Order: sequence, then structure tokens, then C-alpha cells
Amino acid sequence: MLYREAGQFKTTYAEDMAIFPIRQDRIALAILVGIAFIGVPLLATFHVWPFGSDYLLWAILLPFLILALAAIGTNILVGYCGQISLGSGAFMAIGAYSAYKLATGVHIPLASLGFAIAIPPLPVLASILLGGLMSAGVGILFGIPSLRIKGLYLAVATLAAQFFFDWAFLRLPWFTNYAPSGSVNAPELDFFGVVVRTPVERYLLCLLFVTVLAVLAKNLVRGNLGRQWMAIRDMDIAAELIGIRPLYAKLTAFAVSSFIIGVAGALWGFVYLGSWEPLAFSIERSLDLLFMVIIGGLGSIMGSFIGAAFILIVPILLNVLPTELGLPLSTQTITHLQFIIFGSLICYLLIKEPHGFARLISIGKEKLRLWPFPY
Amino acid sequence: MAGIARNVLILAAALSGAAFSAPAAAQNEQFVPILSYRTGPYAVNGAPYANGVVDYYNLINERDGGINGVKILFEECETAYATDKGVECYERLKSKGPTGAAFINPLSTGITFALTEKTATDKIPIITMGYGRADSKNGAVFAYNFPLLGTYWSAADIAIQHIAKELGGFDKLKGRKISLLYHDSPYGKEPIPMLQVLAQKYGFEFTPIPVTHPGVEQKSQWLAIRQQRPDYVLVWGWGVMNSTAIKEAAAVAYPRDKLVGVWWSGAEPDVTPAGDQAAGYKSLMLQHGAGKFPVHADLEKYIYAKGKGSTEPGKIGEVLYNRGLANAMLGVEAIRKAQEKFGKKPLTGEQVRWGLENLILTDARIKELGFEGMLKPVSISCSDHEGARYGRVQQWDGKGWKIISDWYTADESLIEPLVADVSAKYAAEKKIKPRDCAKET
Repeated sequence: MLYREAGQFKTTYAEDMAIFPIRQDRIALAILVGIAFIGVPLLATFHVWPFGSDYLLWAILLPFLILALAAIGTNILVGYCGQISLGSGAFMAIGAYSAYKLATGVHIPLASLGFAIAIPPLPVLASILLGGLMSAGVGILFGIPSLRIKGLYLAVATLAAQFFFDWAFLRLPWFTNYAPSGSVNAPELDFFGVVVRTPVERYLLCLLFVTVLAVLAKNLVRGNLGRQWMAIRDMDIAAELIGIRPLYAKLTAFAVSSFIIGVAGALWGFVYLGSWEPLAFSIERSLDLLFMVIIGGLGSIMGSFIGAAFILIVPILLNVLPTELGLPLSTQTITHLQFIIFGSLICYLLIKEPHGFARLISIGKEKLRLWPFPY
Repeated sequence: MAGIARNVLILAAALSGAAFSAPAAAQNEQFVPILSYRTGPYAVNGAPYANGVVDYYNLINERDGGINGVKILFEECETAYATDKGVECYERLKSKGPTGAAFINPLSTGITFALTEKTATDKIPIITMGYGRADSKNGAVFAYNFPLLGTYWSAADIAIQHIAKELGGFDKLKGRKISLLYHDSPYGKEPIPMLQVLAQKYGFEFTPIPVTHPGVEQKSQWLAIRQQRPDYVLVWGWGVMNSTAIKEAAAVAYPRDKLVGVWWSGAEPDVTPAGDQAAGYKSLMLQHGAGKFPVHADLEKYIYAKGKGSTEPGKIGEVLYNRGLANAMLGVEAIRKAQEKFGKKPLTGEQVRWGLENLILTDARIKELGFEGMLKPVSISCSDHEGARYGRVQQWDGKGWKIISDWYTADESLIEPLVADVSAKYAAEKKIKPRDCAKET
């Protein structure tokens, strides 16, 4: 009844091509963006429930935003272009470590040539974006095998990227500026004089990045490039026959995806962790991102957000809940229960809806349109 | 669909009701968070430690009615030794109780690195007894970090002192080969700079050999050791990595009495899985070892006799259980010290930090607390957040730990320049202006 587009006539081409053609969607999104940009920071500044402490911002919203961004990146490659990747964690690490190196100054001594390459410390914003670009470059490099190998075999090839960069950041002390412990500290988050310190500021910073990149990604996937990716995903030979160049389509997917993941990685290190070691970007991170995309919905930007929320927040909820309800369980039992319940939830969900949350939502929308007589 | 929606609604309702309406806590309580791990690859070592901590807080509440009448309220949070979970736990617990967390004790060097900046902003002291960042000994830069009773640099120095003694003098170290088998994480990497300094000074050949987390796969590392034949292998492992190292040493016939573990590689769970192969294995002691002391009698009387213990009565007195006790005791004494200045009421982390920085435990006080024979005097100050640098060496004879050395004191003249150097670098990176310790009271 409320959700029905009857009577919304499109009179211009621009209206017809809008990102959200249905008015109700636009209103819902505007409310959501309003809450995210104004409501949350306001409540958090005045410590109104549920923002009594920094917990919700620091431990839930901040990692959620960054992981959602990384999931969008993964989704472009896996969901839109159909190239299975197990290297997302590595691309996050490349983003984070490149940004770290650029923000602290790069010095490459080339003794044999008699000179050294030295780049002075760059501003944080430039470092983060260049970190993303660096990640995109490496992504293209590791995307080249995708022109020859497909499916699960490609997954194994991207796994090589994961292990190689895990090794490199752990073993080559140049990347960590010779830190004795191998743990690096992010520089101060100085954005042209504005120093980001408090959780609210960090949240807003990440929100800004996520919003801009999500809108960009959304527009990319419904444009020419996105359609090429999807054509490659659905049937690469047919796509080639209608004039899509696999080289270009696949490598752009790798580049765009790695760029977004790289930026997410830099944010993860700089804004969320502040100090990190390569373990923060291990194979588990890659798998988590892949699960987010699969559970959220392959080939859906919104699905990336929902998947990130599900994988990140549900285990924490399951862990917090028994204590908050006052159940006399040991932390051990709670943790085991958490694994059991979370695992069963994933199984149940994938049996009920193999296409993930995004599909559930679109079914819901269809039903709402027909409400009160859905069939 | 309808069923799911209903369930989701019920869950949401339960959550909004429960998660954010914390029960009104009694006001005269001091909240202490416990970051522990009873699951995951390090659970065998994490669980006895956590039991010791929990039992000591219970003892204070049961026997003394709290710290000067202020009861200790504590909550455990499972980190599984994972840094991201540790950070989440810290955020979850840091502002609970009437005054927030008194201090935090992550029992993981990785989590310590991740929290160092946060705790300084939140003004909550971070106690890392026998682990953590070695450079945080410098309280002028690291106001909120307390690597009590020994850092990894002290441990490295003590280990080399013992090896020199076994060889018959520091001059005998020249030309020897000493390898470090380490957990490839900030924990295992911490001692490397100190060992490099020592290698240079005494002229031994130092080889670091990394082992990937969690440490069950060490075949190639031991192959390298078999080829290099080092005179000694220092074991910087944790959890299952320790017992695996001993088994692998046996497999390549490397003598176990040439293995010297750090104090985190010298507890019962590290040697018992290796069975007879572990006999002869040596490790450092963070002052205390296994065994029962007067405090254990109190634990048996007030906690275990009432059935409130968190482990089996036979297991109190294990190395890591005792370390949990000592750790909890130092925290409690810091709160007691802070109460002298700020009053006998729940204190904030900032106030407890003052208590920690001014904490002095004499022999007499340690005896009063029932820790006589476990600990030596501790004296913490602004410039020295470590408080004491003693260690001994113990050896596993197949059934129990035997203390085989006298007390060693870490050589400050070697450690201090390194601490000053690395902490100054940190201060510059983070734009911290070091405090003037002469002006601190």
C-alpha cells in the first residue's frame, strides 16, 4: 500500500535512469543517510542512549563501515565480474602498508646506481588514496592470470597473492620502517589542519569515504563498465562474441575492486586499529569478506552492507547477549554457543535463500508492491 | 517469512531491553575487566592464568570484604588471543561499573600494541606483567603502560646471563651460536633488538627463526636448527607452540637441556604434552614458579572450601595460575595505594594509574599478602614502569619444575639506552611530549 510506484510517471530520460527510480526508495535512503550523517553523531556527542559509551561507535559502527567498504570492493570482483578472489585481505594489507609508507616517507636506497629515491611524508588523505591506487596496481598484476584461468583455479591464484603479501609484510622490515616488533603505528590523522581523534570524528570520516565510494561503485556497476563485467560473469564467450574485451573488462574489475579494498584497508589500519601487524589482514579476513559477499548477496551493493553487518555484528551480539541477560554461563560456554548458533544461522539462511540477504529484500519489495494480496 | 520477521522482532525487543539497561550496580564497587582466553589455540595457557586472576579477586571480596570495603566487580571477556576481539572486549568493558575500568590486563602483546594508544586517550592503565612493549618501561612517554616485573628485553638479558654461567663466563659466549625460535607476532619479535645488542657485545652468533601462528608446524625450523647446530635455542613460544617445539627438538635429537624458554614457555601445559621428551627442558621464571605459598592456604580456606573456586583444587599452584594471582595482586595493591590518596571509594583509571606509578611493595608487605617466596620487592616510579627485573631458571625433570639457578638481575646499562631510543621514536611518531619525571609526585 505504502510501497507502490503506481502514479509515479517518469517524464524525462534522467528520471528514467535515476539510481533509485522509486520514490519510496529515495525517501528511505534519505532518512538512512540523514540518520547516519546527522542522527548518530548528534546522539553520540551528547551521549544519548544507545551511545552512552563509545562502544557502539568504536566496536560496532566503525569496523562495520570499513568492512562494508571492503565488501563492496570484493563484490565488484566476485559478485559483478564473477572472478572468485581469496586475496581481499592481501589487498587491504597493500592499501594499509602503502598508505603507511607514504604517510611516513619513502626512502629507497639504490646503492648500485649511486642515488636514492626519497619521497617526503605525504598528507594522510593523499596517502590513503594512493594506498588504494597501489592496491589497484597490484590487483591488475594479480588479475592477469584471470585471463587464462577461471573459477576455482583463479581462487587458488589469488590465494597466492594473500600468502605472498602476508609473508612480505611480515618478513621485509622495510615495509614496517624497521619496527622491532613488526607492528606499525598509524600517523596522526591530520586532514589539512583538521585532526581526527574522537570516535565520532573517526566515524564521520569513514562514513564519508564509504558514501562516496559506494555511490561511485553503484554508478559504475549500472553503467557501461558494470554491464561488461556482468556479461563476462554470465558467460565470457558470449560476451566476447558481442564485442566485450575480456582483458579490459576483467582487469578493470580487478583494478576498481582492489582500489576500494585498498582504501578500506588503509582506513582499517589508520582509523580503526591505529597500530597493526600483518595478522590483521590474514587469510581469515579474506574469507570473512568472501562470506560477507556471499551471504549479503552476490552482485548487490546493498548486500555488501548487510553481509558485513551480519558477519561482524551477529557473533558479537551472541557473545554479549548471555552476559547482559544475566545467564550464569562461563565465557567458554558462551563462545562455543556463539560458534554453534552462528554456524547454524548461516546454514539455515543459505538453505532458505541461497542468493543472500539482497535477494530476500528484493522478494520483500515485490511482495510489498502486491500487498495486501501477495502471491 | 512471517515467522522469521516475528523472531527478529522478539530478538530485537529482547536486545533493546537487555543490552542497554545494565542493572543498577551497587555504587561501592570497583570494576575490573578481565580479558581472558579459554578457547582457541592458546586456551591451555590462558585458562589457568584467568582462573588465578578470578580466584584472587574473589578472595579479596570474600576474605577482606573488598579493598578497604570497596568490592571488586569483575567481568570476563573472551579474546581467543585475537587482537580484533581483544579491542572489542576492551571497548565493551572499559566504561562499566560506577567509575569505569580500573585497569586492563590483556595477556597478549598483540592486543597491548593495539590498545596502547587507546588506553592513553581513555586514561585507563594497561598492566602487562612480564609481556607487552619493552620500551613502555619508560613511563615518561608511556604514562599508562606498566610492563611490571620484567619486559622481554630483561628476559633476553637474563637468558643470556644464564647461558654464560652454564658455559663458564661471559667470555665463553664468543663465537657460540644462539638461535631464537619465536612466535611470529609482536610477542616473539620483541626480544630481537635486545638479543642483537647482546650478540654484538658478547660476540655470539644470533639467528632468529620465526614460527607462524599458532605454531603447530615447525618441521622446517627444526631442520634448520639441525643443520646449524646452535649451542642454545631460546624458545619464545606460547600455547601449543611450546610443547610442539619440545617434541620437534626430540625428533631431531636436539638436547632438551640446551633449550631455554622465556617465562611464557615454562608452565605445565608446555611440557606435559611432550611427555618424557620434555625432561631437561629449561625456562626462565618471572620471579615465581609453581608451588603453594601462604596465599594458597587462604584460597583453599575462603574459596575452595566453599566450592567457589574456578578450577580443580589440585591445580592451584601451577605456574600460570600463580602468575594470575600475582597479576591480580599487583592490580589490587595499586588500587589500595591510590585509595590512600583519593579516598576509599571506587576510583577512576586515572587515579589507579597514580597508584600504580607510586606502588612500592617491600618484603614485609609481600609477606603480609602471602606472596613470600613468590615475589621480590617491587618499586615502580615514573621513569621505571617495570618495577623489578629479576629472574631465575627452572628445569623440568619429567614430573615437576626444579629451580636450578640463583636470582639474576637484568643488566640495566644495556637495556636503558635501547628503551630510551625506541620510546623516543614512538614519542616522535605519535607526537607525545614526554613527562618530566623529576616533577612527578
